[in-house]
Amino acid sequence: MTSPKTDFFGRLSWDALPIAGLLENPNTNEIVANAAAGIVIVGVVVVVVLLSWFRLWTTLWRDWLTSVDHKKIGIMYVVFAIVMLARGVLEGVVMRAQQAAGPGDGFLEAEHFAELFSTHGTIMIFFVAVPFVFGIANYVVPLMIGARDVAFPRLNQISLGLTVSAGMMLMVSLVVGRFSTGGWTAYPPYTGAAFNPGVGPDYWIWAIVVSGVGTTLTGINFAVTIYKMRAPGMTFMRLPMYCWTIICSSILIIFAMPPLGVAALMLAADRYLDFHFFTNDLGGNMMNYANLFWLFGHPEVYLLVLPAYGIYSEVFATFSAKRLYGYNSLVIATMSIAVLSFTVWLHHFFTMGQSALINAVFGIATMLIAIPTGVKVYDWMATLWRGRIRFSVPMLYGLAFLMLFVIGGLSGVILANPTVDYQVHNTLFLVAHFHNVLLPGVLFGLLAAYNYWFPKAFGFRLNEFWGRVTVALWTGGFLLTFMPLYFVGLMGMPRRSFSYDDPSFQPFMIVAIIGALVITCALFSVLIQLWVSIRDRKKTRVPVGDPWDGRTLEWSIPSPPPPYNFAIIPQVTDRDDFAAAKERGVAYPTPDAYEDIELPRNTGIGFILCVFSGIWMFALVWWIWWLAALMTVLIILAVIIWTFDDSTELTIAAEEVRRDHEAWLSLVHNETAVDRDYETSSENRGLARPDLEAVT
Amino acid sequence: MKRAPTHSYPGINLGERHASADKAAEVVTFGFWVFLMSDLVYFGLMFAIYITMIDAQAGGPGPHELFDLKSVFAQTLILLTSSLTVGLAMLALKYNLPRGRIILWFGVTLLLGLSFLVLEIRDFMAMAEKGGIPQRSGFLSAFFGLVPLHGLHVAAGCLWLIVLGVQLRVKGMTDVIISRVVRLALFWHFLDLIWIGIITIVYFGGLTYG
Repeated sequence: MTSPKTDFFGRLSWDALPIAGLLENPNTNEIVANAAAGIVIVGVVVVVVLLSWFRLWTTLWRDWLTSVDHKKIGIMYVVFAIVMLARGVLEGVVMRAQQAAGPGDGFLEAEHFAELFSTHGTIMIFFVAVPFVFGIANYVVPLMIGARDVAFPRLNQISLGLTVSAGMMLMVSLVVGRFSTGGWTAYPPYTGAAFNPGVGPDYWIWAIVVSGVGTTLTGINFAVTIYKMRAPGMTFMRLPMYCWTIICSSILIIFAMPPLGVAALMLAADRYLDFHFFTNDLGGNMMNYANLFWLFGHPEVYLLVLPAYGIYSEVFATFSAKRLYGYNSLVIATMSIAVLSFTVWLHHFFTMGQSALINAVFGIATMLIAIPTGVKVYDWMATLWRGRIRFSVPMLYGLAFLMLFVIGGLSGVILANPTVDYQVHNTLFLVAHFHNVLLPGVLFGLLAAYNYWFPKAFGFRLNEFWGRVTVALWTGGFLLTFMPLYFVGLMGMPRRSFSYDDPSFQPFMIVAIIGALVITCALFSVLIQLWVSIRDRKKTRVPVGDPWDGRTLEWSIPSPPPPYNFAIIPQVTDRDDFAAAKERGVAYPTPDAYEDIELPRNTGIGFILCVFSGIWMFALVWWIWWLAALMTVLIILAVIIWTFDDSTELTIAAEEVRRDHEAWLSLVHNETAVDRDYETSSENRGLARPDLEAVT
Repeated sequence: MKRAPTHSYPGINLGERHASADKAAEVVTFGFWVFLMSDLVYFGLMFAIYITMIDAQAGGPGPHELFDLKSVFAQTLILLTSSLTVGLAMLALKYNLPRGRIILWFGVTLLLGLSFLVLEIRDFMAMAEKGGIPQRSGFLSAFFGLVPLHGLHVAAGCLWLIVLGVQLRVKGMTDVIISRVVRLALFWHFLDLIWIGIITIVYFGGLTYG
C-alpha cells in the first residue's frame, strides 16, 4: 500500500470524473460510463427542480424526512428500492447487450464490465432486495400485530438513513471515481491493496459496512417489535404467517450481518492499515474471508426469500378466501429453513479445497433445505385447492412464483451435489439458478406485496389492467432472459466474462438480451401502472380499508390508516382475527371509550446521520483524513446531543381520536358491502361482503 | 416519579404503580439484550479468526515473546473490580439511595475503565517495541483485530459513563435515565465477559498453542 497522501483532498482529483476519460479517449465504453453518470446527475437535478417548482421542500422535510411513523419510513424504503432497482435492471441490460454482441470483445472494456456486475449484484442484494423487503415489513408488520408503531421508531429512522447513505455511495461512485471490479462478494486478495489500489473496493467496503449497521438495527427492531408489541391475545400461534417470516428474517439478520461486517472491516484493515488478514503474504488467509462472507451470504438469501414466502402465504389465503392451509407446518418449515440456512454456507465454494467428506456434509445439508421448502409449496397449493380463487395481480405473481420457483429450487438441488457443482460452478448455470430463485421468489413476492398493500397505504387500488401487463412482462422477460443461461451454462460458458470465443453461445445470448429488454418494459410498466392508478384514483378509492376481503388486522382499519393505526388496540381472539370477526358479524365494533394516544415526535436524527455517514464514507474512500475524523466526531456528538432530548412523545387527544374514528365508522355503516365478483370494479369501496360459503 | 423506599424488590424500581413504565423499560432492555447478542457474534467471529491464525506468525514474534501476563493479570483485576462497582451503582439504584451514590460508583468505574485502557495501550506499545505490530503477520493482525476491538468497547463504555453521569445530574432519576443505567450496567458486564474470553483464548490459548 502506498503511504496515505497528506493533501487536503486526499487522492481526489479531476481525473476521478468520467468526463476526463471521455476527453482523453472517446469510445463506446467511455460514452456508456458518461451516460450513466449523466443519468445520475440529471436525475438529481430533475428531483431538485421538481421539489422547488411544486414548493415541496417543507412538506418533504416535515412529513417525510423527519417522520418516525413506520408507515412513512416503509414507503420511503420502497421508493428508494425502486430507484435502485431501475439502475440495477439497466446494468443487467447493458451486460446482456455486451454478451449478445457476440464472440469477441463487444463494446465495453473488461474493467467496465467487471464494474457492472459488481454494482449490479451489490445494488440488487443490498439496496433493492433488503430495503424493499424491510420497506414492506415496516409498513405491514405493526398493522398486522395490532401495534401503533415498531418497538424503536427513532432507531428505525436511523436504519433508513444509513441504508440510503450507503446506497448513495454507489450512485456517487458512478460520477466520482470507479466502483469495485471484484464482484458483489469482493473476494480478496484480488480486492486487497496489492492488486486493487484504487478506490473501487473502498466504495464497496464502506457501503457494505454502513448499510450493514442499518440492516442490523432493523433486524433488532423487528425482532423486538414482534416479540414485545403484539396486541393482547395475539399469541405466537395466532401470528399471521408473514410476521413469522419477518421474525425469522430478523433472527437471520441479527446473527448473519456480523460476519459480513467483520469480513468487510478486516478487508478495510488490510487495505488501509496494511494488516494481513487476507493477503497472500505474511500469514494472511483468504479462506477466512470466503467462510465469513458466506456465513453471512447464505442466511442472507433466506432473509430475503422468507418474507416473500410470508407475502405469498397472505396472498394465497386472501385471494382463495380460505384459511391458510397447514399453518403449523408452515411455521415449522420457516423456522427450519432459518436454522438450516446457517449450516450450508460452504456450498458456495465447494471447489476451493475442502476434503470430499466436508463437501458431502454441506451438500447433504443443502439438499435438506428442499424439504421444508417443499412442505411450503404443497401447503400453498393446498390453500388454493377448492378456494374461491380470484386471479388478481398479487395472485398472478403468486402463481408465476409457484411454477417458476420450483424450477429454480430444483436447479439448486442439482448444484448442491458437489460433483455436479465441480462441472457447472462459475458458469452461467449458476447465474440462471440464483436469478431463478431471486426474481420469481423475492422480486415477484415484493411486487405482489406492493399491489396487495398499496390500497392500504394510499387509499386507492392500483390499476388492474396495467398490473396484469406488468406480471406478463416480468414473467416473460424473466423466462427469456434466464432460461437460455441454463443452457449456455451447461455448455460451459463462464459467468462474469466480458468476451467469449465460442459462436454457439451467441443465439442464446440474443434471446437473453430480448428478455432483458422485456424486463426493461416490465420496469416501465410498473411506473405506467402507478401513473395510471394515480390518475384514476377517484374511481378506485377504498376508504373503508378492506378491498380484498382481507383476513388479518391491517384490513380492519381505514385506508390510509391514521398516524396511530388503531384507535383502540384490538383484542385478538383468533388466528385470522379480522376474517373471523367478519364471519361472526362482529367486525368494526364501536368502542366504549377512547384514550389519549402517545406517539413518537418527529426528529431529524436519521437524516443528520444519513448526511454525516455519507460524508464520512466519501472521506474514507478518498483518504481525506481530516474530514473523516471530523465526521466521526460529529456523528458521536450528534448522537450524544440527541440523547439529551426529552420531548420525544406527542399526545393525540382522545377527543380527536373519537371524532376521526366515528366519522370512519359511520362511513363503514353507510357503504354497501361488495361481493368478490365486483372486487376490481369501482363499486369496491373497501367494505367486503364475506364469502360465507367459502369460509372454512 | 416518586419511588417508595419500602417497596424494594429484585429488578428496577420504576415507582409504585408502573405498568406502562415497566412495559416500556422491558421493550428497551430486551432490545438491548438482542443488540448484545449480535455484538457477541462479532467477538465470536474474531475469536475464531484468532484461533485459525495462531500459527500464521510468518517468522515474526509470537505469543511467548510478546505477551506480558503480569500486566494482563492487573488488567483483569481492574476490569473485574469495575464490574463490581457498576454492580454497586445498580444496588444504589435498587435501594433508592441518593443519586449521588450512583454517580460516585460511576466515577469509580470510569477511573477503573480508564486505567484498564492505559495498561492495555502500554502493553500494545511494549509489543510494538519488540516488533509486534499488526503489519508483521496474520497472527498479529488477528490479535490487533480482536483485543483493541474490546478496548474500543471499553472506551465507548467510558464515554457512556460520562454522558450518563452528566444526564443523571442534569435530568435526575427519570424513567428513561434509570433504564439507561440498567443498559449501561448490562453493557459493562458484557465487556467483562468478553475479557474473560480474551484472557482464556487469546493469552492462555496463545501461549499454549502459539
